[in-house]
Amino acid sequence: MEEAARLLQLIVNGAASGCIYGLIALGFVLIYKATEMVNFAQGDIMMLGAFVAFSLIAQWGVNYWVGALIAIAITAVFGFLLDAVVLRRVIGQPQFAVVMLTLGLGFIFRAAAGLGWGYDAVGFVTPFTNKTISGAGLVLGADNVSIIVGTVLLCGVLYVFFSKTRLGIAMQASSQNQLAAYYMGIPVRTVFSLIWAISAGVAAAAGILLSPVSMVDVNMGFLGIKAFAAAVIGGFGSIPGSLIGGVLVGIVEQLSGYYLPAGFQEVSANILLLGMLILRPQGLFAETMGKRV
Amino acid sequence: MRYLFRTDYAQDMAAWRHGGDIFWYGLLAVVMLVLPFLLGEFYIGELGGVFIFAIAGVGLMLLVGYTGLISLGHAAFLGIGAYTNSVLLAQGVPFLITLPVAGLFTAACGAAIGLPTLRMSGLYLAIATLAFGSIVGTIFQKWNSVTGGFDGFAVPTPYVFGIPIEGATGVYYVSLAVLVFVLWMSLNLLRTPLGRAMVAIRDSEVSAQSMGIHLARYKAMSFAISAGMTGLAGALFAHYVRYLAPDAFDVLLSVQFVTIVFVGGLGSIHGAIFGALFVRLLPQFIAIIRDDLPFGLGRTPGLEPSLFGIVLVLVILFQPGGIFGLWLKTKHWFQAFPLKRKASFRRQKSYAKSERLR
Amino acid sequence: MSLFKAEEISVRFGGIRAVDSVSFEVQQGEVFSIIGPNGAGKTTIFNLISRIYNTTDGKLIFNGQDITRTPPYKIAGLGIARTFQNIELFANASLLQNLLIGRHCHSKVGFLSQIAFLPSTRTEERRHRERAEDVISFLGLERYRDTLIANLPYGVRKVVELGRALCTEPRLLLLDEPSSGLNVEETEGMGFWIEDIKKDLGITVIMVEHDMSLVSQVSDRVMALNYGRVLAMGEPREVQTHPEVVKAYIGGETEE
Repeated sequence: MEEAARLLQLIVNGAASGCIYGLIALGFVLIYKATEMVNFAQGDIMMLGAFVAFSLIAQWGVNYWVGALIAIAITAVFGFLLDAVVLRRVIGQPQFAVVMLTLGLGFIFRAAAGLGWGYDAVGFVTPFTNKTISGAGLVLGADNVSIIVGTVLLCGVLYVFFSKTRLGIAMQASSQNQLAAYYMGIPVRTVFSLIWAISAGVAAAAGILLSPVSMVDVNMGFLGIKAFAAAVIGGFGSIPGSLIGGVLVGIVEQLSGYYLPAGFQEVSANILLLGMLILRPQGLFAETMGKRV
Repeated sequence: MRYLFRTDYAQDMAAWRHGGDIFWYGLLAVVMLVLPFLLGEFYIGELGGVFIFAIAGVGLMLLVGYTGLISLGHAAFLGIGAYTNSVLLAQGVPFLITLPVAGLFTAACGAAIGLPTLRMSGLYLAIATLAFGSIVGTIFQKWNSVTGGFDGFAVPTPYVFGIPIEGATGVYYVSLAVLVFVLWMSLNLLRTPLGRAMVAIRDSEVSAQSMGIHLARYKAMSFAISAGMTGLAGALFAHYVRYLAPDAFDVLLSVQFVTIVFVGGLGSIHGAIFGALFVRLLPQFIAIIRDDLPFGLGRTPGLEPSLFGIVLVLVILFQPGGIFGLWLKTKHWFQAFPLKRKASFRRQKSYAKSERLR
Repeated sequence: MSLFKAEEISVRFGGIRAVDSVSFEVQQGEVFSIIGPNGAGKTTIFNLISRIYNTTDGKLIFNGQDITRTPPYKIAGLGIARTFQNIELFANASLLQNLLIGRHCHSKVGFLSQIAFLPSTRTEERRHRERAEDVISFLGLERYRDTLIANLPYGVRKVVELGRALCTEPRLLLLDEPSSGLNVEETEGMGFWIEDIKKDLGITVIMVEHDMSLVSQVSDRVMALNYGRVLAMGEPREVQTHPEVVKAYIGGETEE
């Protein structure tokens, strides 16, 4: 029984951290599906969003929920501007130019955050900090549960948005065939900037959800690398895929930390990633496609 | 404006374009050889570092610029070369053997990572190499018995025919020799079927296959050559730093290598040299202006990576041809003076071929 | 003498039968055209012959040898070359370099010889250059020799595609819509080149085409396809007037 409880604990922890990976991966996937650009700075945008929330909630005393929403909104606007001002200019260039560009942007964001908020880890009080939820003989941290619940809600909202609203469908159209979308009167470039905005907002939400569990600091964005594993497993194609991929990575991490010798936990995500890329590069959920020549 | 008049195919096949090239590069060679007698030890040491990074840069340029395969984990190869060389030297193997062995072993590792990643392109390859680099870095840290882990590894002094290679001058000359070797190899490569096959893979894999190019073999070969060169650089790097620590070979170093390739000018060997100069001189430049920066910017720990980031962003946005591209534009301006047209180097709107398979 | 034979070849993509039990035989030295509306499976057949796709059924026999499962990079060495409908040239290389890459299957020097640029490599490079120059003269491409492909107009690029295929010294040449995107004069020129290729170079040609005048001008035999199946095969005139073929292109009466 002890073992089972311990196992469940690990799984919940893994699922929680996995949800964060999944949300960051979701941001990648949204941008990649639309514009074939990969945003290597996604984790750093999450970091910026978390810092903005910190300023609002801890430094200026805004209410948690209001502060969180404002922080997400601000980060979303930042994402929009990032695309409109910087990323739009590199649309025709080969993919690794964009990779390097976003890597460079990541460096700049980290330095800017360091300048603005310093290099120490900070935190802010949330309704979930230091609270636990008990039931069925288990004690779970409320912060972990809040991450899982928050992620599920957010994904639900996004799903409804993309499949039911006009703007969401327009975004799907622009992702699949830019030229046709233009013909239908969709302002494709604006739509892409909006996709960046949503991506950034989701990243900020991830950062805010994460903050009770791990402090906010400048290097928070390095989680982005694990999020890649999530995105690849999910097949870089869909919302549920990224999420499931993330949860898988999170759980594998927690389990390998407990059951495998020391030092394996940190490489477990990478090994999983490499294995997936070699054995089944299209991920668990993507369809196979071939190029027409 | 020089007009090249050819009378024989041999002239087209040669590594130089005309007599002027031979003169200028010859002069450069002479200058490089006598420099240690003219400059102080600090500058010679720095130049040695530039040569080492240039060797790795040429290796990565062949992979990224010419074969079109991206690698964000090349620091791993530098590390493999460094540790292989040092561990063997510590066992008493002579330097003249450890150096090529380090290169060959790293090349084998390159082929080993090249093979499973064959079908990956662009993004996925970038992610896979990132993961690979991370895993190798962890191996350096954990494999205490061989690498010494976080305790570090003191690099023994190498001897060539009984003469110890030590000090900045020793590293300078050995690195220069290896750099010349690597450049010679690359120049030959690029005018033979092997080099053309690499370019073919970059531009169109499907028609490369139809021309008889075995994709798996050539991609693996490209990875192997690239890794091998970086391994040689790694062996020299060990002597440059004298003491190996596993966290030196991290993702930030890999990004520095890719910066060399990008900022230098993708697709040209010159670019690797310019890029290495830039990447090694930037920290020096920062050290000099550090105290003069306002707002206490000089004291931020993130200054160096952020400047790298800013330069990367600016280069990709405004000068995708890199330093070499800038050099070509300047040369063209002078050659065409006063008849230069503003539109000569106007960037064409390019439409990248979709990586998506639809 | 039969140079190439396709026996009941089929390929399925999911539920779609792109090519359905197609059989045909091409004699040495002839020009064999494949016609049919868009989506009939013509380029798919080329992709099967050059082994970019795998057949789900059937056999491919070239020069007496079964090539149904040969890997794609070996095809050029066997003597089959192809051009691509949407031009798959190496855009960042010069015209000459593109043609030299076409010579790749005839390269015999080893790795070490190449990186040291030994005399054996030097001699071979000269030989490749001479062969490539022969093709350049044949197609009249001298003035574009050192131009980057990215800077060449579409019509010239189509000719370079042809040139690159010729550099492999093929016995069988697969031309995928050689006249698409070309104007009337350029199409006529292409027709003359195809005739020269057949008569002077002795190369067998299989051609996918939409331009019926070109088909009539150069073909010895024609095969018509629709929905992956053979509709008719024979002399150009009789295939082009075959009722099934006409119906496929223009449409017949609706069946109640």
